[in-house]
Amino acid sequence: MEPGKTTELFQFHLRHGGKIVEFAGYRLPVNYRPGILNEHLTTRIFSGLFDVSHMGQFLIRPRNCNMNEVALSLESTLPSDLVSLPVGRQRYSVLTSDAGGIIDDLIITRKRESFLLVANAARKDAVSDHLNSSLQDSCIVEPVENRSLIALQGPGAEAAIGRIAPGAPKLRFMEACEMSIAGIECWISRSGYTGEDGFELSLPAGAVEDLAERLLDDGGVLPVGLGARDSLRLEAGLCLYGSDICLETSPVEAGLKWTIAKSRRRDGIRSGGFPGSERILEELESGPARIRVGIRPEGPVPMRRGTKLFGDSSCEIPIGSVTSGGFGPSLNGPLSMGYVSTAFAAKGTLIFGAVRKRLLPAKVVSLPFIETHYKKN
Amino acid sequence: MKYTEDHEWLRAEGNEIVIGITQHAAEQLGDVVFVELPEVGDTAAKGDELATIESVKAAAEINAPFDIEVVAVNEKLAENPELVNEDPLGEAWFVRVRVDDTSVVDDYLEEESYRELVE
Repeated sequence: MEPGKTTELFQFHLRHGGKIVEFAGYRLPVNYRPGILNEHLTTRIFSGLFDVSHMGQFLIRPRNCNMNEVALSLESTLPSDLVSLPVGRQRYSVLTSDAGGIIDDLIITRKRESFLLVANAARKDAVSDHLNSSLQDSCIVEPVENRSLIALQGPGAEAAIGRIAPGAPKLRFMEACEMSIAGIECWISRSGYTGEDGFELSLPAGAVEDLAERLLDDGGVLPVGLGARDSLRLEAGLCLYGSDICLETSPVEAGLKWTIAKSRRRDGIRSGGFPGSERILEELESGPARIRVGIRPEGPVPMRRGTKLFGDSSCEIPIGSVTSGGFGPSLNGPLSMGYVSTAFAAKGTLIFGAVRKRLLPAKVVSLPFIETHYKKN
Repeated sequence: MKYTEDHEWLRAEGNEIVIGITQHAAEQLGDVVFVELPEVGDTAAKGDELATIESVKAAAEINAPFDIEVVAVNEKLAENPELVNEDPLGEAWFVRVRVDDTSVVDDYLEEESYRELVE
């Protein structure tokens, strides 16, 4: 295997004691010296800084049309309402397949002259190919080169960013703008992947290291690796592509029906018109056969990805499996997400997970596992 | 003290052997949050699963390095799994086992060879 690519912050990671692992083709820190537990808890209590430069950034811009036509063309690939999305607002969405599965999940920002899409690192090529073959020729799909992406998350994020960007705290949740921060031209948004308030910044790669160090020095922020990024998003009930959602899962099964805009549903003004819409809109009405749920094991043993789930204690009723699972530092206990037959999806249902040849009891719980603290508008 | 290539340490005490995991193993696992131990009196053949360690990141197993009978387990690890990170070579021993012949540990690595293995 070829050695992974590095992000512009690679030296920063080494300098701060990052333990480097390979992830989606990139060499990134799984944790720094404090370890996953401390990094996770610090993010919830104060603030953590994440390098997410491995993620794919794309600009979709008009070639010889207007932004409304670009919005309509993008809408042919996903179930959101982008036509009425105002400039400076963001949407979480999913690119759907003809079979009604998920090609990738994305954050879409409407900028003045383009849409910015942020895709998963492992899906960059798939997303690029898919958009190039699906969007009309009047749209340009432009991979964003030489821009890093960092996330500042936690209740202290507002104060930390406010010291160097006094305008940033004014942003509302899922709002974005272009802003000069310490003389650097940044695309900043109030968003993240932890369940906490926070910001994400896309900025020229050459400037990211200085800015990251400044956030640490002036803001008292702790660098946080991929390990805590995963445990934070799991506690917040957020999906990881490739685990909780994939080509085999529909947005309705994934519990993401809120990504299907009213205008795209049956009787909506632009009903359907996205890949797999027949299946997806049918599931929306009749309910899916299985659905993603939160799971709390009753004992201390984590039920990790792949754990088979049963509806009874004698393994006679297979009901699904765990797609993400581990230990939640803020919950101080094990937690999982997985798909179960709808009959077993009600909150409080007793189910069983097969861990190392033993069947252990667990309860279906509502998501998220923790109280989220997104910025209230 | 001897070391296995699977990152366990073995300390012979009389006709018994104490088993734990190395500093290197503890660091690789990261924050340990749960330890599952065998019961006193359990027997295990070489290669059988003896204990499970769950960290925030992953699950790992300790397998019996040779045929053993468990004579004591470190109950403290159930209450305080973080001991595995704090003092892997001391307070966080896992099991004390009986073997027919303590010379079984002789085949394992000396500290210096183990260091070379993990460096």
